[in-house]
Amino acid sequence: MEKSAFFNSKLLPYLLLVPQLIITFVFFYWPASQAVWQSFLREDAFGLSSEFIGLENYQALFAQPEYYKAMLTTLVFSTLVAALSLGIALLFATQADKNLKAAPAYKTFMIWPYAVAPAVAGVLWFFMFHPSLGTLARPLRMMGFDWNPLLNGNHAMTLVVMAAVWKQISYNFLFFLAGLQSIPRSVIEAGAIDGAGPMRRFWTIVFPLLSPTTFFLLVVNVVYVFFDTFGIIDAVTGGGPAGATTTMVYKVYADGRLGGDLGSSAAQSVVLMVIVIALTAVQFRYVERKVQY
Amino acid sequence: MNFRHYGIAAALASTLALASPAYAVTELQWWHAMTGGNNDIVNKLAEEFNASQSDYKVVPSFKGSYPDTMNAGIAAFRAGNAPHIIQVFEVGTATMMSATGAVKPVYQLMKDAGEPFDPKAYLPAITGYYSTSKGDMLSFPFNSSSMVMWINKDELKKAGVDEIPKTWPEVFEAAKKLKAAGHATCGFSNAWATWANIEQFSAWHNVAIGTKANGLDGFDTVLDFNGPLQVKHLQNLIDLQKDKTYDYSGRANASESRFASGECAIFLTSSGYYATAKGTAKFDFTSAPMPYYPDVAGAPQNSIIGGASLWVMGGKKPEEYKGVAKFFTFLSDTNRQAKLHQESGYLPITKAAYEKTKADGFYEKNPILQTPLKELTNKEPTENSRGLRFGNMVQMRDIWAEEMESALAGKKTAKEALDAAVTRGNVMLRTFEKTAK
Repeated sequence: MEKSAFFNSKLLPYLLLVPQLIITFVFFYWPASQAVWQSFLREDAFGLSSEFIGLENYQALFAQPEYYKAMLTTLVFSTLVAALSLGIALLFATQADKNLKAAPAYKTFMIWPYAVAPAVAGVLWFFMFHPSLGTLARPLRMMGFDWNPLLNGNHAMTLVVMAAVWKQISYNFLFFLAGLQSIPRSVIEAGAIDGAGPMRRFWTIVFPLLSPTTFFLLVVNVVYVFFDTFGIIDAVTGGGPAGATTTMVYKVYADGRLGGDLGSSAAQSVVLMVIVIALTAVQFRYVERKVQY
Repeated sequence: MNFRHYGIAAALASTLALASPAYAVTELQWWHAMTGGNNDIVNKLAEEFNASQSDYKVVPSFKGSYPDTMNAGIAAFRAGNAPHIIQVFEVGTATMMSATGAVKPVYQLMKDAGEPFDPKAYLPAITGYYSTSKGDMLSFPFNSSSMVMWINKDELKKAGVDEIPKTWPEVFEAAKKLKAAGHATCGFSNAWATWANIEQFSAWHNVAIGTKANGLDGFDTVLDFNGPLQVKHLQNLIDLQKDKTYDYSGRANASESRFASGECAIFLTSSGYYATAKGTAKFDFTSAPMPYYPDVAGAPQNSIIGGASLWVMGGKKPEEYKGVAKFFTFLSDTNRQAKLHQESGYLPITKAAYEKTKADGFYEKNPILQTPLKELTNKEPTENSRGLRFGNMVQMRDIWAEEMESALAGKKTAKEALDAAVTRGNVMLRTFEKTAK
């Protein structure tokens, strides 16, 4: 006899979906639609006057050479941070996956930075590498290297990239490690018996089998660099010098919160949202093909 | 509606009505951005005021940095629960005053509350910054400072600089000597990049930062600080940056410790740095007026203030406003002002408090604290030196600093950088003008 349950009510599936839908609506669609609506308005900081101005905020935005510069900075920054944090985390994870004596301690230490708030991480790096206060900047300067993130844009960029990468490595490490541990030993051992060296085993067996994790992390990291890094940038460089570390999300923050120009800030976040949605779609459309589940 | 519902509604209404007078003491929220020793001063002031009478209770709360506090106030206003008093830094003035209805001007508050209030009792160099062009005081000055040049006397002596430099050329010479004497990374420097080299610099030389008395007379002001004098000064800094005779120290004051550590023996920053310098500098130091270019006719003029003032938010009850007015009268008391000034190093806001401190002989023992007052009252303020009021000033300073940084890094000439700073700043001013109507 077949065991199955039938629900005849047409309403029930929808009722079961309601909690999830409410959460999605309240925490995503509603704020997102507010941002879109705000981007068509010109409003003073206090919200005393509000005027519908259509696409004027967008026009003003795309007339700013600084905005294109911010896009370029974002490209450089996000590529560096995503590539470095994924690469270094993968290296650490493969090392931690070996039979080490102090593996648990090593793993615990690796995860700690993730618990540090972005702004705090920023302040730490700011003080370590401040040209005249920094404990790590002083030796650099003593060696005759003119370290000066206050004026040199490349130095400032290096600094924020290091801080953002440092912050993200733990997260990536955790997932890579879990991914590595789920790869059956027998497959790797079989490879070893067939005479494949460690490098060959890694690239032909481990890396392909790890691809679902890598793909997931790629998506998450792109979102991280695009949205979550402004706290670090604010604390380390404040977008300077001369806008060298002003990424798109930092500009959203600066124009909205420091400048009180909510309309432009909203327009920028809409642009940013569109870019990230497009990027994620591209990743799913093209990169995911290479993923082996 | 039937009678039963009516009855419940009436009962509820009367309970609510009864509930309010149960608070015999009217609470007044005061949001501020003071840290460290200044935070203690704020709490002490509130305690003293609360103990001095029984009708009102001032409740101070710390809300983070200056921009954070201001944003918290704006957000609270939008949500309908703004504090009564909020401390806003000087560059937020235009934003606050343009928010008609969101704030209650101080002169009106005092009039409505029937508190005795004589605007002439306050130092014009300070209140001018926070008043309309007609002289109506909009916010209540709380902590005011100005920019001074801090001098490490020991290091100057070692480098063979016998006299404290008065002019910019003398500063450059002294910096070169300091550099030769071992200060390889910093001959002289300054905190607050734009406040020092654009705002104070222009006022001190009686040249305009913007039209309409630097914006004090209207939001249709246009920036014009890309004149030959400012360009010349920035060019000098660019040239000296190359070998670190001048070394840039960032936009805010995080690098002030370069003075206390002995790295920079000549350092321009706020007079409010006094308390920190006293606590951290292990050498003989003093403050001197900002340098000037001697070939500029009439220089030095007078400096302008920095710091913060207390704004009263709109939409509160009359009895609450009465309490705020009484609190301001309490703050203006001569003895209290004199004591505040002598303890905190911030400037006194009333003439009487300044006179009293002078009469007490305080400045003979502490000449450092008189330097900013001498600068501020050096000459009768002109259109160019009364103060400045530009919308979006918080972010505008960042933009000016960006351009200065480009110039100091050698990517732009002084003229190009200042032209760009003016152009970009004007775009922001026009946006602000549209929303401020």
